[in-house]
Amino acid sequence: MAKIRPRVKAPKKAAMGEIIEIKTLINHAMESGQRKDSSGNPIPRRIINRFDVALNGRQVFSVDLFPSISANPYVAFFLKAEESGDLTFTWHDDDGSVYEETKSIEVA
Amino acid sequence: MNTTRKALGLLAASAGLTAGVAMASDDGTRIHWGPYMVDDKRSGYTYAGAQTRAMQDDDFQNPAFLWLERGADIWETAAGETGQACVDCHGDADEGMAGVGARYPVYFEDWGKMMNVEQRINWCRETQMQAEPFAWESEDLLGITAFVKNQSKGMPVNVSIDGPAQPFWEQGKAFYEQRRGQLDLACTHCHVDHEGTLIRAETLSQGQSNGFPTYRLKWQTLGSLHRRFRGCNRNIRAEPYPYGADEYVNLELYVAWRGNGLPVESPSVRK
Repeated sequence: MAKIRPRVKAPKKAAMGEIIEIKTLINHAMESGQRKDSSGNPIPRRIINRFDVALNGRQVFSVDLFPSISANPYVAFFLKAEESGDLTFTWHDDDGSVYEETKSIEVA
Repeated sequence: MNTTRKALGLLAASAGLTAGVAMASDDGTRIHWGPYMVDDKRSGYTYAGAQTRAMQDDDFQNPAFLWLERGADIWETAAGETGQACVDCHGDADEGMAGVGARYPVYFEDWGKMMNVEQRINWCRETQMQAEPFAWESEDLLGITAFVKNQSKGMPVNVSIDGPAQPFWEQGKAFYEQRRGQLDLACTHCHVDHEGTLIRAETLSQGQSNGFPTYRLKWQTLGSLHRRFRGCNRNIRAEPYPYGADEYVNLELYVAWRGNGLPVESPSVRK
C-alpha cells in the first residue's frame, strides 16, 4: 500500500495505577528478503525493524521485529497508568523512514 | 486528525457482528455459531481457528480495515472529468450503500448480464465519473469494494435469482457442478460432498462467499472472491479464468445464492 497509515487504539483517560491495553497496527509489506520476483531476482528486504513507545519522552515499551513477522504487524501491549501525557509511537523502517503517531492520555 | 475521526466512524459503523459467538453448549460437545450458521449453511468463520476469528471479531485488529480507510477516502475523493466523487450521487455510504453487499451480483440491463460490486464501481467510474477504472486486485478496488460491502455487515445475504438472473444462475450452477482441471474435480466435490472433512491438513469449508473481500493470512493482503476462484481452479490444475470473467460472475451469483441468509461479514479474516 502506497501510504503508510499507523493506527493506535489507546484509552483517553485512565485511573491511576490502572492496567490499560494499547493496540497498534501499521500497514507494511514486511518484505522478508527471502523472496524472488517473476524474473528470479531477489526482492530486497524491507521490514519495520523496530517499534518504540515513549511516554513524555521516556521509553515505556519497545519491540525488535524480524523478517518472519507477517505483513501489517499488529502489536498490543499493556501499560500501568501512572502519568498523564503524550504517548509517542514510532515505527522504524529498513529504508530509514520513521512513522509516528501520538496519543494523549489523562491519568487521574 | 480527519483520518482518525473517519477511522473511528468506521469502527463504530461496523460493530454489528461482535465477538464471542463461539460458545460450547451445556454438554460441552457442540459449538453454537450464532449468526454464522443458518440452518445447515455455515460461514467460513465457523471453520476458522480461534485466533483467526479473534482477528475478525476485533475491527481494530482486522488488517482489512486499513483498506477500508482507503475505501472511505476514495468514496469522498472527486475523480474523472465530471469532477464528482461517489458521495456526490450516493450520499453517505452507511445509508446509500446499506444492503448493496447483500444483494449483489445483480442483473444489469445495459449489459444484458450479471454485474458484481467491483464491476459496478468501475462502471460508475467509467460511465458516470468519466474516470479511469481501477485495476482488479488493486489496493484501490479492494479498498472501495470492501468499504461498500462493509456497509451491509450483519445483513443476511439475499441475492435474487428470479427473472432475468435465472439463466445466469443456471450457468453458475452448471459451472459449480462441472468437473474441470487435471484433477477432474467440480466445486461440489469439495464444498458439498466433503465439506467439514480434511483435505490433507486443511478443513474443507462450504466455500461460502459472505466474507469477501477477505483478508487472507496466506495472502497477507485483502483479496477478492475472484482471486479465491482462481486459486481454487489452479489447485485442481484447471486454467483459471480472468478476473471479472462472465463465468466467475455467474459462479459468484450461484455461490452467493447458496449462502442466502448468512450474514455479510466483509471484510472477513481467513487462514
